[in-house]
Amino acid sequence: MVFRKNSLYGPVDPAAETGYDPHPPRKGFFTDTSVCIGCKACEVACKEWNEVPDDGFGMLGMSYDNTGNLNANTWRHVAFIEQPRRSGSPEAADGGMARAKAPPVELGMPAMGPDSDGATDTGHDKPDFRWLMSSDVCKHCTHAACLDVCPTGSLFRTEFGTVVVQDDICNGCGYCVAACPYGVIERRRGPEGAKNVGIAQKCTLCYDRLTVGEKPACAKACPTESIQFGDVEELRERANERVAQLHERGVMDARLYGNDPEDGVGGTGAFFLLLDEPEVYGLPPDPVVTTRDLPQMFNRATAAGLALLAGAVVSFLGRRS
Amino acid sequence: MKSSERDQRLPGSEATAPGGGEPMRRRGASDFSMVEPAEFTSYYGRNIVKPAPWEADIPAYLFSGGVAAGSSLLAAGASITGRDGLRRTGRLGAIVALGFSMAALVHDLGRPSRFLNMLRTVKLTSPMSVGTWILSTYGPFAAIAAAAELAGLLPEGATPSRLRGPLKLLRWVGRPAGLVAGVTAPPVAAYTAVLLSDTATPSWHEAYRELPFVFCGSAAAASGGLGMIGAPVAEAGPARTFALGGALVELAMEHRMEQSMGLTAEPLHHGKAGRLMKAAKALTVVGAVGTLLAGRSRAAAVASGAALLAGSACTRFGVFEAGMESARDPKYVVVPQRERIAREGPTRYVEKQ
Ligand code: SF4
Repeated sequence: MVFRKNSLYGPVDPAAETGYDPHPPRKGFFTDTSVCIGCKACEVACKEWNEVPDDGFGMLGMSYDNTGNLNANTWRHVAFIEQPRRSGSPEAADGGMARAKAPPVELGMPAMGPDSDGATDTGHDKPDFRWLMSSDVCKHCTHAACLDVCPTGSLFRTEFGTVVVQDDICNGCGYCVAACPYGVIERRRGPEGAKNVGIAQKCTLCYDRLTVGEKPACAKACPTESIQFGDVEELRERANERVAQLHERGVMDARLYGNDPEDGVGGTGAFFLLLDEPEVYGLPPDPVVTTRDLPQMFNRATAAGLALLAGAVVSFLGRRS
Repeated sequence: MKSSERDQRLPGSEATAPGGGEPMRRRGASDFSMVEPAEFTSYYGRNIVKPAPWEADIPAYLFSGGVAAGSSLLAAGASITGRDGLRRTGRLGAIVALGFSMAALVHDLGRPSRFLNMLRTVKLTSPMSVGTWILSTYGPFAAIAAAAELAGLLPEGATPSRLRGPLKLLRWVGRPAGLVAGVTAPPVAAYTAVLLSDTATPSWHEAYRELPFVFCGSAAAASGGLGMIGAPVAEAGPARTFALGGALVELAMEHRMEQSMGLTAEPLHHGKAGRLMKAAKALTVVGAVGTLLAGRSRAAAVASGAALLAGSACTRFGVFEAGMESARDPKYVVVPQRERIAREGPTRYVEKQ
């Protein structure tokens, strides 16, 4: 089976590849988790703007995160990770937002850990843990497996290089759900009466807002500019500068995730600055778009099919009833 | 490791020393002896990729699609070599299996009423789209062949005279339609492997090299088994050979698949999937041995045919379940990717010469 060069894998301009000519610059998010304060304004703004139904209210009992993951009814998800401080990890591992030197920044969260018990808590000792907070979202992959495998053409590439579901076309086959290497897209199961139940749902990068020149709701609502929206090219530069800046300050944990157009998904339109390994945040450490291997899969299947045909022929040969 | 155990564990609870060492590492020691104990990090043990929202419909469809494809091949061969009983079993078996397939496929959609949206586009990057077109090509021919078979069953005198013409025509096109159905059948059996493998589901994707052979072998074993049950022993020789060959290919390729899958082979040995795969192996071996006796005894033919059908079904359900399990546990996403990074560095695009 023949596919165009880099249409399945490798660096490519997704909108141009799709055939938009001319097209506006590729849009995306740079989520700088070092300044995320975990306020969840993005989660709320996203729900409000996109009329994403509620998920039910469940206490997951694992952290301040009771949302759990990205899914059909959660298009922005703030992860909370409470971590013991690593030996040798520098003071301002989080860029100084969540865990400043004494006195600690009051984030309105109940105190945790040894520092919190009793009178010795002056608030001037450094806590021996750190919070990692990160607002996760659909990556709007350059090579989006969800879009590749969609059999109806419901998932499509917009002129902004983003990946969007057309609700009125999706028949709910669920293939995209299994294909996404980040576990983002999901078939909406409920609640009953909500719109688009049975249909694949995920972040649209606020396609409707983009078309009228507005920022996505989450980026607009983010009070610390942890979520930055803009042209992907420019955001990539900004991200590089930010990492360099943090490294200079001794925050050697800072790293970018998804910014490299040469990576397994051709780079993502929404990428991140993280302060620990991706899997700590629930992200795959080295995702590769499944369709990269599709030509080999088809070759293998063709060989197997021919073997089946040959097997049938051989079964009849040399026999006369 | 039990998932309940995992879900309750808080990150950091296994830090080597307070404030030091590697926080959030959790030992996921596996009890599967071939694989080294894996140590990895996750977000509260939560899954990374999502399991496909598919129910038993899908493995049932994988099975019945295989039966249909193999049966059409046998029917085509039987019609060329003049084996009427085997042809009849093949054609009717194919259409029943195909009908069941279609029902299962539609039922599994979130919006069954929009099933036809599959036909609004042809997408080579989507195995489901390609598969829909494969089925749409094969289906009508299999249906005509089956209709011709039924028409042939009607007693000559019992048909109203105005139906005689159309029925004659149907019988006349039955043979070419059956041959086309046979030729277009192999993709029906083979593409379902790509359907599973072209996902981020670890135990499906990593199986992509051998899974088409496993599924095609399984299709041959099952349809051969059906032929052995339905056709007279004297006519069923090709069905026995086909079934035996299929069973051997399935067993051999399944073994090889497990070798090449690395850690993601583990779910094939655990829990529900493990039981299904074990049953599949046993039934297929028994059925394969049975084919050697089935030429002499009708009872042996029926018994081994049934064992092969059941074995094929267990293979499909086992592979399906293993994939679902691999998607639920972050281990199967994180560890293989980490191993790959350790081996070859992070994945980077290399221009092919
Ligand atoms: S992150 Fe998943 S849902 Fe989003 S574009 Fe990539 S493959 Fe599709």
